[in-house]
Order: sequence, then structure tokens, then C-alpha cells
Amino acid sequence: MLIEVGHYALALALALSLTQMVMPVWASRTGDPVLRSITVPAALATFACIAFAFGALTYAHVTSDFSVQNVVENSHSMKPLIYKISGVWGNHEGSMLLWVLILALFGAVVALARNSVPPILRANTLGVQAAITAVFLLFILVTSNPFSRLNPAPVEGRDLNPLLQDPGLAIHPPLLYLGYVGFSISFAFAIAALIEGRIDAAWARAVRPWTLAAWCFLTVGIAMGSYWAYYELGWGGWWFWDPVENASLMPWLAGTALVHSTVVMEKRDALKVWTVLLAILTFSLSLLGTFLVRSGVLTSVHTFATDPTRGTFILGILVLFIGGSLALYAWRAPTLRQGGLFAPISREGALVMNNLFLSAACATVLVGTLYPLALESLTGEKISVGPPFFNLTFLPLAVPLLLVVPFGQTLAWKRGDLAAASQRLFIGFALALAITLLAIAVTWGGPVGAPLGIGLGAYLILGAALEIVTRARGKTVGLSLRRAAGLPRSAWGTALAHAGVGITVIGIAAQAWSVESLATIQRGGELRAGPYVAVLEGVLPRTGPNYTETVAHLTIREGGDPVGVIEPGKRFYASRNMSVSEAGLLTLGVSQVYASVGETGTDGSVGIRLYYKPLVLLIWLGAVVMALGGGLSLTDRRFRVGAPALRPAVRDTAGPVPPHSVPAE
Amino acid sequence: MTRRRRRSVLILVCGAVLAAALGLVLTAMRDTIVFFRSPTEVAGQKVAPGTRFRLGGLVEAGSLKREADGKVAFAVTDTGSTVQVRYRGLLPDLFREGQGVVTEGVLEPDGVFRADTVLAKHDETYMPREVADALKAQGRWQEGTGKPGQGSSGQGSSGQAQSEPVSRTAVQ
Repeated sequence: MLIEVGHYALALALALSLTQMVMPVWASRTGDPVLRSITVPAALATFACIAFAFGALTYAHVTSDFSVQNVVENSHSMKPLIYKISGVWGNHEGSMLLWVLILALFGAVVALARNSVPPILRANTLGVQAAITAVFLLFILVTSNPFSRLNPAPVEGRDLNPLLQDPGLAIHPPLLYLGYVGFSISFAFAIAALIEGRIDAAWARAVRPWTLAAWCFLTVGIAMGSYWAYYELGWGGWWFWDPVENASLMPWLAGTALVHSTVVMEKRDALKVWTVLLAILTFSLSLLGTFLVRSGVLTSVHTFATDPTRGTFILGILVLFIGGSLALYAWRAPTLRQGGLFAPISREGALVMNNLFLSAACATVLVGTLYPLALESLTGEKISVGPPFFNLTFLPLAVPLLLVVPFGQTLAWKRGDLAAASQRLFIGFALALAITLLAIAVTWGGPVGAPLGIGLGAYLILGAALEIVTRARGKTVGLSLRRAAGLPRSAWGTALAHAGVGITVIGIAAQAWSVESLATIQRGGELRAGPYVAVLEGVLPRTGPNYTETVAHLTIREGGDPVGVIEPGKRFYASRNMSVSEAGLLTLGVSQVYASVGETGTDGSVGIRLYYKPLVLLIWLGAVVMALGGGLSLTDRRFRVGAPALRPAVRDTAGPVPPHSVPAE
Repeated sequence: MTRRRRRSVLILVCGAVLAAALGLVLTAMRDTIVFFRSPTEVAGQKVAPGTRFRLGGLVEAGSLKREADGKVAFAVTDTGSTVQVRYRGLLPDLFREGQGVVTEGVLEPDGVFRADTVLAKHDETYMPREVADALKAQGRWQEGTGKPGQGSSGQGSSGQAQSEPVSRTAVQ
């Protein structure tokens, strides 16, 4: 019964979102503010309905209701509770339901954010948001109903794909979707601005927190997925330039550009038309990502079996929203008042460089991802575009961008002084160079790229630190500390996020030093990777709740002394007749020793792949630091207080901040 | 600087970066893309020795041999032709005889394919699309069953396509 009510709630949510979509349009014709204000309760009710439907499906999964087809196909009564819950979105129907749930959640939050958004803009934004919600609800109800029943009900389910029975599934998709779908708000704001024909700094201030929040979630979501693939796939790789990965990287690149261009718009009232286009493109890339992943048109290491009929529907959604929004842009953008131009050497000039390089990098990733599809549909020739392509195109665009980052932070708005900026950054540059030379000297004869990358990362971190130091430096230490504490949180956020990029760059560069070895060894046998030796103490069977496991017990030694134990295993899930490797990880500081097992021979020998991955955790820690920086920026005064530009009195009481440092980002 | 000069500087810089990006893409396209070939195409001399490509098909039943040092040898077939493959490394969990596989590497002059990558799939009934197409070309594919028409060892699981978790999407 609950299942049918859940299904009904979804249909109700569709009707509500259609209402929410139509009302602002009607209101703009009649000028009736009551019609416009209906969008707020409609957005809340839509969210409530979808949340109820999601709850009903979760209940069915938790109680193992095998009369529901979705539960039968993706659950098993013996499955641990956490995977029963995360299994709700570990399948196509459930994950689409999570997608719209988050979409409706963002809509509800916008509806509740009364102070920060002007009413007409909010109503139009909610209308656009409702249109997206309605189309995706229709998609779920027509092609991917999670509530269909089976009669007679089987006694046992087919279990969730064992690769997904991992805590990663509980965290990664929700975070990723919060990011993907969060950009729908920026998109809705952009469309609303185009419809209204009005765009100004207030628009930028309204849209920026949403963009920043989505960006933070996407950053952590991608990092989480990368770490999951790293330990789950057992190849020791953390990024494969796989189409499915690119599908999430493209909105991230565009979203990063958007986060920066909204700053220019907010502070300088420039780059308006471009920012609107970028907001449209960012969400379009999120939709494209959804299409690429859900439709199964790509061959990826991460894809599962897919149903092509759904692909056609999503392609239709894609054409409707991307085509429609770009057409609207082409029609309305010329009516928007252009912002001012500015000096090339300035903070905004540096942010334009940021946008330029990020967009170019995003475009190369897009070409590399779609080219195989285009070529196959045109000529029938099948190709794969892999890491060599992306390393050759993406890196040459990313490196100059990273070199510009510390300069961008240091330059002043309007008119910057390149010589003064270089002078301030000189210490950072010199220290980074020293670190590079030291790294080259220590690892003489090793790969050259790694020390250079480490130097680049150090330069980014030092540049971020110098920015804070320069702005806070006073006559005494106490004054400097007080000034540092009084800097706007967005300044700290920027520095933290940029330092996070540096941390990630160091982690990536250090992977050139990772060592891999592979051997089939007997009990007591040894395998060496870098400074570490793994000794096989034995191979043991073990039983889990819904699997049996063969575990290799390895002692890791460094110079004869044991430093830890790792137990990589191979799990066999009888319900799916499928085995899955579980990598064994030993974390030493921010480095890891990583082992995975292959086949066990009849003579007790076992194939072991051992990696030493120096500084590998920095890759993901850096991403977390980036997101923390974004989060810190979100708590900045100007987002908490409605419209600070109108309340100079508030700012004057902000503490011992020297006046010249206030307006800077 | 005048407005006009500022604008021309902006346009110049944008043009330069975009041209650089285009140049990089075109250069990379020429050198780094990898073609997909079926065993029949390899047998038909469509591939020059020494070029990197992806070979896809079914792992021939009974062909898997494990050698010392973690080396494995197996044969990839599209039921029309067969190519011997050598690979050093751990095979993915879902690698099985009679199942679809995609490998990447170089064809040696002696006709053996030396693979450095064997692609894993996440689902036991999933058939790589390229392999499915190659098998269709040989008339060995039953549409809609998610399995080759013959030569498949029983996998226990029902034939219909599994619903597919997104989850792993972004590794992101």
C-alpha cells in the first residue's frame, strides 16, 4: 500500500511542479503577486511529495519487500542494513529518484531563502526549476518506475551488484548529485534573468552562494568517487580519463569558471553576458553527464548494462533544455546591458584568464569524450580516446592557469601592478624553486615531471599563504594576527581553496614515483615495492554476511621492521555468482601501501599486486581543502547579511579591519 | 588604454588560447587515439604490427593458461577468427572464459597480441558494446538477451539486462 501511495505522491509532485512552472508565467501576464507567490508553497509541497516517495522506496528496501521489482533486482534479505539503504540509489530508477529529490530540495531551499533573492527573480527561478523537475518526474513515471510490483513475489532478491556494496555508494552519488543538480539553480537564475531581461550585481550576489555550494559538493563528490575507484577497482589508479569520469569533470571545470566569473560580476558589474552563458553551459554539461552515464552510449570502465530506450528520452530532455536555453540566450542576451571592459592587468583580467583556460580545458575534455561517439555514428569506425590524449591536451592548458593563480589573488581590482605583485610573490616563487631543486637532487635520475609538479604545488600553497600574510601584515605580531582574524572569510576561503589545488597538484605529481610490483608467491614469500616488503603470512577463508572471502594476510616491513598488516581479499557473492577484489591499504602518513590479490592457485600460491603510492592521499585531501575553502567563503558576511551594499553601517562595525582591505575578495 | 585597445587585447588573448587548445586537440587526435578491432579484422590484415589498438571479443573457452610470473595467455575470438593474447598482470574479477572482454595493446610480428590493459566491467551480464557489435557482424548475437547466442558458459543470472547503478559515475 505504501508503495502505491509513493507512486501516487510522485504523480502528485508532477502536477504540483507543472503548477509551479505555469504560475510565474501567468503572473507576469496579469501582474497578480498572489499567483507569483504560489510558487513558494508549490516548491515546498513538491519536495514533500518526492521525499515521501523516496521514503516509501527506502522503506521497501529496508524491509526487503520482494513484491517490488526494484527491491528484487537490487536487494537481498541478508544484505547489511547500510547497503539496503544505499541500494535505494544503487540502481537506475532509484538514482533518478534521488536526482529529482535533490532537485526539489534545492527548489525548496530557494523558496525558503526569502531575504536574499528579489521576489520576481525568485518566482521565475522557481518556475524554471519546476520545469526541470516536471520533465525528470515524467521521465521516471514513464520509463523508470521504481514502484512497479511483481506478482507472484519471489522469496529472495537478486542482491545488489557486489562492487556497489561499499560505503562509497552511500556517500558518493548523493554528494555528486548535490553538485550536478545544484548547478540547476544557477541555470534557473540565468534563465530567469534572461526572461526578465535584467541582470546586475544583485543577481550575481543571489546566484553565487548556490553556485559555490554546488561546486563544493561536486568537488568532494568527484574526489570521493576517485578514491572509491582507487581502492575498489584494484588497479591502483585514481583517474582514468574515462568518459564517465569526464562527464563529472566537465561540469566541475565549467562550474569552477562560473564561481570565479560571478565574483567579477558582483564586484565590477562586468562579464554579465558571459556569466549567464556559463551558468547555462555548466548545467547543460551536468545534463550531458547524466545522459552519457544513464543512456549507455559510452563504453566505460564504470558502466553497467543499460537500456537504450531511456537514452532516447534523456536525449530529448537534453535537446529541450540545452537547445531551448541557448535559443533563449541568443534571443535575449543582446538586450542585456553590457558590463564595462577593464584593464588586462587587474584582478578581473586574471579572472578572465581563469575563465578562458578553464573553458578551453573543458572544451578539450568535451571533444575527447564526444569525438568517439561522433566518429562512430558518422563512419562506423570505433575508437577510444584515452589518457594520452587528455594528458597531451589538458595538462598544457592546466599548467599556465595554475601559474596565474597566485598573481590573480595578488592583483588589485580595476588596475593591478604586475611588478608589485611579482615582488610580493617573489619569496613564494624562490621557495618553490628551492623545493623543486631539492626534490630533483633527492630523486636524481627519477622522472623529471614529479619535482616540477611538486614545485608548482608548493608555489600555489605559498602564493595563497603570502596573500593572507601581505594583507594582514601590521607593525606588530599582535596587530597582524588581529588583522588576519578580521579579514573577510571569503579571503580566507579563496586562500584555502587555492592551497587545496596546490595540495592536489603535489599528490598528483608524486604519483610519478609510485612503484608497482606483481608476482605469484607462496606462503612465506616476499614482494617488494619501493622501500616496503610484503611477506605473505597465509591465505585464510572468511565469511561475511552475504559473501565468502579469501583473504591474503600480508605483513609489511620496512628495512626488516614490521610497520603494519594488510589483508587484501577476494569476495565471492553466491547470490550473483560474482567475485570482487577488496584492496588492502596501509596508510603511512599521507602515503599508502596498496595490495590486491588475483587468483589463488591449487598449490596455495596467490597472485599479488603491490603498490607503493607516495603522498597519494594528498590528491583527495587537496580536494577536501578546496571544498572547505568554498564552504568558508559561503559563510562570508555578505552572503549572511541580505544585501550588504545597502547597509554600509553593518560593515563599519566589522571590527579592526583596515578600510582598504574590505572591498577586496 | 582606450576601450577599443582593451577590447582588442581581450580578443587577441582569447583567440590565442583557443587556437592553442585547438592545436593541442588536433595534434593529440593524430597520435593518441586507439582504434577498436575485432579478431576478424585482425586476421584480415587490417592492422599493421606495432600499432596500438583495442581488441575485443569473447574469451575462448578453455584457452586461459597461467604462466609463471603472473603472466597469462588466452585467446580472443569473435567465433569467426581467433587471436592469441598475452598479458602480464592480475585479470579483472569479471574476466571469465566465454565472456566478453576488451584488451588494449600491440600486435607483435608473430601474430600474438601483447595486451597491457584488460578492461574490467562491473556487471556479470554486461557485454561491451563494441564486442556486441563485432559479434553481431558475425551473426553470433541474440539481440536483447545480453548474451552471445552461443559459446557462453551459463552465468546463472537471468538473461534480461540488469538495471544499472549510476552510482559509480564520477570517478570521478
